[in-house]
Amino acid sequence: MAEIQTRMGDGYTVSMTPEEVREDLVAGSADAARRGKIPVLEPDELDYLFEMFASPTRIWGVERGREAVLSKDGSTNSLYSAQLSSGVGLPLSREQAFRTFERAFGFDTMEIGHTDYSVKPSKPIVVLEQNHVEAVLHTTIIPVFYGFMPNLGLYYQPDGPFPNPSDLLPKGQIAEARAATEEALEVCYNDLVWMTEKMDEVGADGINYDTTASTGDGEFLATLRAVEWAAKNTHLAVEVGMAAECVLGFHGQLEYNGKRLAGMWPHQQMEVVQEAGGHIFGPVVNTNSRKSTPWNLARAITFVKACTKDAKIPIHPNVGMGVGGVPMFEIPPIDVVTRCSAAMVMIGKADGL
Amino acid sequence: MQLSKKMRLDEAKEYVAGKLGVSVMDLCDSTVMRRLREELDIGVITAVAGAAKGLEAKARIADLLDVRINCVERLKNKMGL
Repeated sequence: MAEIQTRMGDGYTVSMTPEEVREDLVAGSADAARRGKIPVLEPDELDYLFEMFASPTRIWGVERGREAVLSKDGSTNSLYSAQLSSGVGLPLSREQAFRTFERAFGFDTMEIGHTDYSVKPSKPIVVLEQNHVEAVLHTTIIPVFYGFMPNLGLYYQPDGPFPNPSDLLPKGQIAEARAATEEALEVCYNDLVWMTEKMDEVGADGINYDTTASTGDGEFLATLRAVEWAAKNTHLAVEVGMAAECVLGFHGQLEYNGKRLAGMWPHQQMEVVQEAGGHIFGPVVNTNSRKSTPWNLARAITFVKACTKDAKIPIHPNVGMGVGGVPMFEIPPIDVVTRCSAAMVMIGKADGL
Repeated sequence: MQLSKKMRLDEAKEYVAGKLGVSVMDLCDSTVMRRLREELDIGVITAVAGAAKGLEAKARIADLLDVRINCVERLKNKMGL
Protein backbone atom coordinates (compact mmCIF):
# COMPACT_ATOMS: atom_id res chain seq x y z
CA MET A 1 0.00 0.00 0.00
CA ALA A 2 1.21 3.48 -0.80
CA GLU A 3 1.87 5.95 1.98
CA ILE A 4 -1.13 7.32 3.86
CA GLN A 5 -1.79 11.06 3.96
CA THR A 6 -3.11 12.17 7.28
CA ARG A 7 -2.47 14.96 9.76
CA MET A 8 -0.39 15.74 12.79
CA GLY A 9 -1.96 17.12 15.96
CA ASP A 10 -1.06 20.64 14.80
CA GLY A 11 -3.06 20.24 11.58
CA TYR A 12 -0.17 19.84 9.13
CA THR A 13 -0.19 17.03 6.59
CA VAL A 14 2.02 14.06 7.21
CA SER A 15 2.73 10.96 5.11
CA MET A 16 2.87 7.75 7.05
CA THR A 17 3.37 4.15 6.04
CA PRO A 18 0.54 1.75 6.87
CA GLU A 19 2.75 0.23 9.54
CA GLU A 20 3.34 3.63 11.13
CA VAL A 21 -0.40 4.36 11.19
CA ARG A 22 -1.12 1.03 12.87
CA GLU A 23 1.66 1.58 15.39
CA ASP A 24 0.30 5.01 16.27
CA LEU A 25 -3.25 3.70 16.67
CA VAL A 26 -2.04 1.02 19.06
CA ALA A 27 0.26 3.40 20.92
CA GLY A 28 -2.40 6.10 21.31
CA SER A 29 -4.91 3.66 22.71
CA ALA A 30 -2.28 2.18 25.02
CA ASP A 31 -1.41 5.62 26.37
CA ALA A 32 -5.03 6.27 27.34
CA ALA A 33 -5.38 2.80 28.82
CA ARG A 34 -2.28 3.24 30.97
CA ARG A 35 -3.30 6.64 32.29
CA GLY A 36 -6.97 5.90 32.88
CA LYS A 37 -6.55 2.21 33.83
CA ILE A 38 -9.12 1.36 31.17
CA PRO A 39 -9.22 -1.20 28.35
CA VAL A 40 -7.44 -0.65 25.04
CA LEU A 41 -9.38 -0.68 21.79
CA GLU A 42 -10.33 -4.06 20.36
CA PRO A 43 -8.61 -5.38 17.19
CA ASP A 44 -11.70 -4.86 15.03
CA GLU A 45 -11.97 -1.28 16.29
CA LEU A 46 -8.34 -0.63 15.39
CA ASP A 47 -9.03 -2.17 11.97
CA TYR A 48 -11.92 0.28 11.44
CA LEU A 49 -9.71 3.22 12.37
CA PHE A 50 -6.93 2.00 10.08
CA GLU A 51 -9.32 1.55 7.15
CA MET A 52 -10.69 5.02 7.79
CA PHE A 53 -7.27 6.69 7.79
CA ALA A 54 -6.07 4.64 4.82
CA SER A 55 -9.02 5.67 2.68
CA PRO A 56 -8.12 8.40 0.21
CA THR A 57 -11.51 10.12 0.51
CA ARG A 58 -11.48 13.61 1.91
CA ILE A 59 -14.73 13.21 3.77
CA TRP A 60 -15.72 10.36 6.08
CA GLY A 61 -19.07 9.70 7.69
CA VAL A 62 -21.08 7.35 9.83
CA GLU A 63 -23.04 4.52 8.30
CA ARG A 64 -26.65 5.29 7.44
CA GLY A 65 -28.80 4.71 10.48
CA ARG A 66 -25.98 5.60 12.90
CA GLU A 67 -26.49 9.35 12.78
CA ALA A 68 -26.04 11.14 16.09
CA VAL A 69 -27.10 14.54 17.37
CA LEU A 70 -25.08 17.70 17.76
CA SER A 71 -25.13 19.83 20.89
CA LYS A 72 -23.32 23.15 20.89
CA ASP A 73 -21.10 25.06 23.23
CA GLY A 74 -19.73 28.55 22.85
CA SER A 75 -23.17 29.80 21.78
CA THR A 76 -23.45 31.97 18.70
CA ASN A 77 -19.94 33.38 19.16
CA SER A 78 -18.79 31.25 16.23
CA LEU A 79 -20.60 33.55 13.83
CA TYR A 80 -20.52 37.07 15.25
CA SER A 81 -17.48 37.09 17.48
CA ALA A 82 -13.83 37.46 16.61
CA GLN A 83 -10.83 35.14 16.51
CA LEU A 84 -10.77 34.99 20.32
CA SER A 85 -13.88 32.80 20.13
CA SER A 86 -12.97 31.24 16.76
CA GLY A 87 -15.58 33.57 15.35
CA VAL A 88 -15.87 34.72 11.76
CA GLY A 89 -16.98 38.27 12.54
CA LEU A 90 -20.36 38.31 10.80
CA PRO A 91 -22.62 41.32 11.49
CA LEU A 92 -25.36 39.17 13.03
CA SER A 93 -27.37 39.56 16.20
CA ARG A 94 -27.56 36.58 18.52
CA GLU A 95 -31.12 35.88 17.43
CA GLN A 96 -30.13 35.95 13.76
CA ALA A 97 -27.13 33.73 14.43
CA PHE A 98 -29.24 31.27 16.43
CA ARG A 99 -31.75 30.90 13.62
CA THR A 100 -28.92 30.51 11.12
CA PHE A 101 -27.53 27.62 13.13
CA GLU A 102 -30.97 25.98 13.20
CA ARG A 103 -32.02 26.56 9.62
CA ALA A 104 -28.87 26.73 7.54
CA PHE A 105 -26.47 24.56 9.51
CA GLY A 106 -28.97 22.02 10.86
CA PHE A 107 -27.80 22.07 14.46
CA ASP A 108 -29.80 19.99 16.93
CA THR A 109 -29.37 22.31 19.91
CA MET A 110 -28.06 25.83 20.24
CA GLU A 111 -27.10 28.26 22.95
CA ILE A 112 -27.49 31.83 23.86
CA GLY A 113 -24.42 32.97 25.78
CA HIS A 114 -22.57 36.14 26.67
CA THR A 115 -19.79 37.21 24.30
CA ASP A 116 -17.56 37.05 27.38
CA TYR A 117 -18.67 33.48 27.91
CA SER A 118 -18.28 33.07 31.68
CA VAL A 119 -20.81 33.10 34.51
CA LYS A 120 -19.26 36.05 36.37
CA PRO A 121 -19.61 38.65 33.57
CA SER A 122 -23.06 37.31 32.64
CA LYS A 123 -24.56 38.18 36.02
CA PRO A 124 -24.72 41.98 35.68
CA ILE A 125 -26.51 41.71 32.33
CA VAL A 126 -28.79 38.81 33.21
CA VAL A 127 -31.94 40.63 32.16
CA LEU A 128 -30.52 41.16 28.68
CA GLU A 129 -29.55 37.50 28.52
CA GLN A 130 -33.02 36.44 29.62
CA ASN A 131 -34.60 38.60 26.93
CA HIS A 132 -32.45 37.07 24.22
CA VAL A 133 -33.30 33.57 25.42
CA GLU A 134 -36.99 34.45 25.36
CA ALA A 135 -36.72 35.84 21.85
CA VAL A 136 -35.24 32.66 20.40
CA LEU A 137 -37.60 30.43 22.38
CA HIS A 138 -40.45 31.96 20.42
CA THR A 139 -38.91 31.70 16.97
CA THR A 140 -37.00 28.42 16.93
CA ILE A 141 -37.75 24.74 17.37
CA ILE A 142 -34.46 23.23 18.54
CA PRO A 143 -33.72 23.13 22.29
CA VAL A 144 -32.46 26.47 23.58
CA PHE A 145 -29.65 26.31 26.08
CA TYR A 146 -28.05 29.10 28.02
CA GLY A 147 -24.32 28.48 28.24
CA PHE A 148 -21.38 29.79 30.20
CA MET A 149 -18.11 28.66 31.70
CA PRO A 150 -17.93 28.46 35.51
CA ASN A 151 -14.36 29.80 35.08
CA LEU A 152 -13.31 29.89 38.74
CA GLY A 153 -10.17 31.70 37.64
CA LEU A 154 -12.14 34.95 37.38
CA TYR A 155 -12.81 34.83 41.12
CA TYR A 156 -9.12 35.01 41.96
CA GLN A 157 -6.94 38.12 42.00
CA PRO A 158 -6.42 40.23 39.92
CA ASP A 159 -9.85 39.61 38.33
CA GLY A 160 -11.64 38.71 41.54
CA PRO A 161 -11.42 39.21 45.29
CA PHE A 162 -9.75 35.97 46.42
CA PRO A 163 -6.01 35.30 46.65
CA ASN A 164 -4.79 33.35 43.65
CA PRO A 165 -3.68 29.75 44.29
CA SER A 166 -1.40 30.01 41.24
CA ASP A 167 0.53 32.68 43.17
CA LEU A 168 0.36 30.93 46.55
CA LEU A 169 1.35 27.40 45.56
CA PRO A 170 4.82 28.26 44.15
CA LYS A 171 5.54 29.93 47.52
CA GLY A 172 4.63 26.75 49.34
CA GLN A 173 1.53 28.36 50.87
CA ILE A 174 -0.59 25.28 50.35
CA ALA A 175 -3.00 25.83 53.24
CA GLU A 176 -3.63 29.40 52.10
CA ALA A 177 -4.19 28.23 48.49
CA ARG A 178 -6.68 25.62 49.65
CA ALA A 179 -8.52 28.18 51.79
CA ALA A 180 -8.73 30.57 48.83
CA THR A 181 -10.13 27.79 46.61
CA GLU A 182 -12.72 26.81 49.20
CA GLU A 183 -13.93 30.38 49.59
CA ALA A 184 -13.94 31.16 45.87
CA LEU A 185 -15.82 28.02 44.91
CA GLU A 186 -18.67 28.92 47.26
CA VAL A 187 -19.13 32.26 45.52
CA CYS A 188 -18.85 30.61 42.09
CA TYR A 189 -21.44 28.02 43.13
CA ASN A 190 -23.84 30.75 44.24
CA ASP A 191 -23.39 32.53 40.91
CA LEU A 192 -23.96 29.32 38.94
CA VAL A 193 -27.17 28.64 40.87
CA TRP A 194 -28.40 32.21 40.54
CA MET A 195 -27.90 32.34 36.76
CA THR A 196 -29.36 28.86 36.31
CA GLU A 197 -32.50 29.88 38.18
CA LYS A 198 -32.83 32.99 36.03
CA MET A 199 -32.78 30.91 32.88
CA ASP A 200 -35.29 28.42 34.23
CA GLU A 201 -37.59 31.35 35.03
CA VAL A 202 -37.82 32.35 31.38
CA GLY A 203 -38.34 28.81 30.11
CA ALA A 204 -34.95 27.89 28.67
CA ASP A 205 -34.70 24.25 27.72
CA GLY A 206 -31.29 23.65 29.17
CA ILE A 207 -28.18 25.01 30.82
CA ASN A 208 -24.65 24.21 29.69
CA TYR A 209 -21.78 24.43 32.16
CA ASP A 210 -18.92 24.60 29.69
CA THR A 211 -15.18 23.96 30.12
CA THR A 212 -15.91 22.65 33.59
CA ALA A 213 -12.86 22.19 35.82
CA SER A 214 -10.73 24.55 33.74
CA THR A 215 -9.39 25.85 37.06
CA GLY A 216 -9.22 22.41 38.61
CA ASP A 217 -10.98 20.51 41.33
CA GLY A 218 -12.47 23.55 43.09
CA GLU A 219 -14.32 24.54 39.95
CA PHE A 220 -15.44 20.96 39.37
CA LEU A 221 -16.91 20.79 42.86
CA ALA A 222 -18.76 24.10 42.47
CA THR A 223 -20.20 22.85 39.19
CA LEU A 224 -21.25 19.44 40.50
CA ARG A 225 -23.07 21.11 43.35
CA ALA A 226 -24.76 23.45 40.87
CA VAL A 227 -25.78 20.45 38.74
CA GLU A 228 -27.28 18.87 41.82
CA TRP A 229 -29.21 22.04 42.62
CA ALA A 230 -30.41 22.47 39.02
CA ALA A 231 -31.52 18.86 38.74
CA LYS A 232 -33.57 19.13 41.95
CA ASN A 233 -34.98 22.62 41.59
CA THR A 234 -35.49 23.34 37.89
CA HIS A 235 -36.84 21.69 34.75
CA LEU A 236 -33.71 22.48 32.80
CA ALA A 237 -31.70 19.83 31.02
CA VAL A 238 -28.20 20.10 32.46
CA GLU A 239 -25.21 19.61 30.19
CA VAL A 240 -21.69 19.50 31.59
CA GLY A 241 -18.82 19.90 29.17
CA MET A 242 -15.34 19.47 30.55
CA ALA A 243 -12.23 21.56 29.96
CA ALA A 244 -9.56 18.88 29.98
CA GLU A 245 -9.10 15.16 30.19
CA CYS A 246 -7.79 15.13 33.76
CA VAL A 247 -9.01 17.27 36.64
CA LEU A 248 -6.14 19.34 37.99
CA GLY A 249 -5.71 19.24 41.75
CA PHE A 250 -5.09 22.89 42.64
CA HIS A 251 -6.65 21.99 46.00
CA GLY A 252 -6.05 18.27 45.92
CA GLN A 253 -8.36 17.19 48.72
CA LEU A 254 -11.83 18.16 47.53
CA GLU A 255 -14.31 15.35 47.24
CA TYR A 256 -17.81 14.81 45.88
CA ASN A 257 -19.77 12.03 47.60
CA GLY A 258 -16.55 10.64 48.99
CA LYS A 259 -14.71 10.61 45.66
CA ARG A 260 -11.62 12.75 45.30
CA LEU A 261 -11.97 15.01 42.29
CA ALA A 262 -8.30 15.74 41.62
CA GLY A 263 -6.86 13.38 39.07
CA MET A 264 -10.20 12.15 37.72
CA TRP A 265 -10.19 10.88 34.14
CA PRO A 266 -13.23 11.15 31.82
CA HIS A 267 -14.97 7.93 32.89
CA GLN A 268 -14.63 8.95 36.54
CA GLN A 269 -15.81 12.51 35.78
CA MET A 270 -18.85 11.01 34.04
CA GLU A 271 -19.79 9.04 37.15
CA VAL A 272 -19.93 12.07 39.42
CA VAL A 273 -21.78 14.19 36.85
CA GLN A 274 -24.29 11.38 36.52
CA GLU A 275 -24.61 11.12 40.32
CA ALA A 276 -25.17 14.86 40.57
CA GLY A 277 -28.11 14.56 38.18
CA GLY A 278 -26.64 15.83 34.91
CA HIS A 279 -28.48 15.06 31.67
CA ILE A 280 -25.58 15.13 29.20
CA PHE A 281 -21.87 14.68 29.85
CA GLY A 282 -19.28 15.99 27.42
CA PRO A 283 -15.83 14.45 28.02
CA VAL A 284 -12.73 16.12 26.70
CA VAL A 285 -9.56 14.41 25.53
CA ASN A 286 -6.77 16.83 24.74
CA THR A 287 -4.87 16.66 21.45
CA ASN A 288 -1.09 16.31 21.56
CA SER A 289 0.10 18.51 18.71
CA ARG A 290 3.39 16.56 18.41
CA LYS A 291 1.62 13.28 17.72
CA SER A 292 -0.30 12.14 14.64
CA THR A 293 -4.08 12.29 14.37
CA PRO A 294 -4.29 8.46 14.35
CA TRP A 295 -2.47 8.47 17.69
CA ASN A 296 -4.63 11.24 19.09
CA LEU A 297 -7.92 9.79 17.88
CA ALA A 298 -7.22 6.26 19.10
CA ARG A 299 -6.34 7.75 22.47
CA ALA A 300 -9.46 9.91 22.57
CA ILE A 301 -11.78 7.08 21.60
CA THR A 302 -10.27 4.81 24.25
CA PHE A 303 -11.16 7.37 26.92
CA VAL A 304 -14.63 8.00 25.47
CA LYS A 305 -15.44 4.29 25.19
CA ALA A 306 -14.75 3.96 28.90
CA CYS A 307 -17.44 6.61 29.45
CA THR A 308 -20.08 5.29 27.06
CA LYS A 309 -19.68 1.71 28.23
CA ASP A 310 -21.28 2.30 31.63
CA ALA A 311 -23.07 5.63 31.19
CA LYS A 312 -26.74 5.96 32.10
CA ILE A 313 -26.90 9.42 30.55
CA PRO A 314 -26.10 10.56 26.99
CA ILE A 315 -22.42 11.17 26.30
CA HIS A 316 -21.51 13.97 23.88
CA PRO A 317 -17.71 14.06 23.58
CA ASN A 318 -16.16 17.37 22.68
CA VAL A 319 -14.88 17.02 19.12
CA GLY A 320 -13.44 20.31 17.98
CA MET A 321 -10.30 22.36 17.81
CA GLY A 322 -7.68 20.53 19.87
CA VAL A 323 -10.00 17.96 21.45
CA GLY A 324 -11.48 14.59 20.60
CA GLY A 325 -8.58 13.72 18.30
CA VAL A 326 -9.01 16.85 16.18
CA PRO A 327 -5.85 18.87 15.49
CA MET A 328 -5.12 21.98 17.49
CA PHE A 329 -5.50 24.50 14.70
CA GLU A 330 -7.77 27.49 14.17
CA ILE A 331 -9.49 25.92 11.15
CA PRO A 332 -9.35 22.16 11.78
CA PRO A 333 -9.02 20.32 8.45
CA ILE A 334 -12.21 18.65 7.34
CA ASP A 335 -10.53 15.37 6.33
CA VAL A 336 -9.73 14.57 9.96
CA VAL A 337 -12.66 16.41 11.56
CA THR A 338 -15.07 14.12 9.71
CA ARG A 339 -13.01 11.06 10.60
CA CYS A 340 -12.78 11.95 14.28
CA SER A 341 -16.49 12.76 14.44
CA ALA A 342 -17.63 9.58 12.73
CA ALA A 343 -15.26 7.38 14.72
CA MET A 344 -16.52 8.83 17.99
CA VAL A 345 -19.99 7.57 17.09
CA MET A 346 -19.09 4.31 15.36
CA ILE A 347 -16.38 3.10 17.76
CA GLY A 348 -16.70 5.41 20.75
CA LYS A 349 -20.48 4.79 20.89
CA ALA A 350 -21.10 8.48 21.54
CA ASP A 351 -24.73 9.59 21.75
CA GLY A 352 -23.88 12.87 20.13
CA LEU A 353 -21.09 15.35 19.73
CA MET B 1 -35.45 12.59 24.52
CA GLN B 2 -31.83 12.83 25.61
CA LEU B 3 -32.63 16.11 27.32
CA SER B 4 -36.03 15.33 28.78
CA LYS B 5 -35.53 11.71 29.79
CA LYS B 6 -31.75 11.18 29.63
CA MET B 7 -32.19 8.51 26.97
CA ARG B 8 -29.10 7.14 25.24
CA LEU B 9 -29.07 7.55 21.47
CA ASP B 10 -30.45 4.17 20.39
CA GLU B 11 -33.24 4.26 22.96
CA ALA B 12 -34.09 7.84 21.99
CA LYS B 13 -34.33 6.92 18.31
CA GLU B 14 -36.55 3.92 19.07
CA TYR B 15 -38.82 6.07 21.22
CA VAL B 16 -39.24 8.84 18.65
CA ALA B 17 -39.60 6.42 15.75
CA GLY B 18 -42.31 4.63 17.69
CA LYS B 19 -44.18 7.83 18.43
CA LEU B 20 -43.98 8.95 14.81
CA GLY B 21 -44.89 5.55 13.39
CA VAL B 22 -41.71 5.14 11.36
CA SER B 23 -38.69 2.88 11.46
CA VAL B 24 -35.41 4.03 12.97
CA MET B 25 -33.88 3.99 9.46
CA ASP B 26 -36.68 6.26 8.25
CA LEU B 27 -36.06 8.57 11.20
CA CYS B 28 -32.54 9.11 9.90
CA ASP B 29 -33.73 9.62 6.30
CA SER B 30 -34.06 13.29 5.47
CA THR B 31 -36.33 12.58 2.49
CA VAL B 32 -38.83 10.65 4.60
CA MET B 33 -38.64 13.07 7.50
CA ARG B 34 -39.09 16.20 5.38
CA ARG B 35 -42.48 14.97 4.21
CA LEU B 36 -43.44 13.57 7.60
CA ARG B 37 -42.59 16.78 9.44
CA GLU B 38 -44.85 18.74 7.08
CA GLU B 39 -47.69 16.23 7.48
CA LEU B 40 -47.40 16.34 11.27
CA ASP B 41 -46.86 20.11 11.18
CA ILE B 42 -43.90 20.01 13.55
CA GLY B 43 -41.64 22.36 11.62
CA VAL B 44 -39.71 22.00 8.38
CA ILE B 45 -36.32 23.30 7.36
CA THR B 46 -37.48 25.49 4.48
CA ALA B 47 -39.68 28.53 5.00
CA VAL B 48 -43.18 27.30 4.18
CA ALA B 49 -45.97 29.82 4.74
CA GLY B 50 -48.57 28.49 7.14
CA ALA B 51 -46.36 25.74 8.55
CA ALA B 52 -45.91 25.66 12.31
CA LYS B 53 -42.88 27.61 13.36
CA GLY B 54 -40.96 28.23 16.54
CA LEU B 55 -42.96 27.70 19.69
CA GLU B 56 -45.99 26.44 17.71
CA ALA B 57 -43.94 23.55 16.37
CA LYS B 58 -42.36 22.94 19.74
CA ALA B 59 -45.76 22.69 21.41
CA ARG B 60 -46.90 20.16 18.82
CA ILE B 61 -43.68 18.16 19.34
CA ALA B 62 -44.25 18.14 23.11
CA ASP B 63 -47.73 16.64 22.57
CA LEU B 64 -46.61 14.17 19.93
CA LEU B 65 -43.68 12.84 21.93
CA ASP B 66 -45.41 13.15 25.29
CA VAL B 67 -42.57 15.16 26.79
CA ARG B 68 -42.45 18.21 28.98
CA ILE B 69 -40.74 21.17 27.31
CA ASN B 70 -39.97 24.10 29.58
CA CYS B 71 -40.91 26.93 27.23
CA VAL B 72 -44.14 25.19 26.17
CA GLU B 73 -45.15 24.93 29.81
CA ARG B 74 -44.38 28.62 30.23
CA LEU B 75 -46.68 29.42 27.28
CA LYS B 76 -49.47 27.35 28.85
CA ASN B 77 -48.99 29.16 32.16
CA LYS B 78 -49.14 32.53 30.44
CA MET B 79 -52.37 31.55 28.73
CA GLY B 80 -53.88 29.99 31.83
CA LEU B 81 -54.07 26.56 30.21
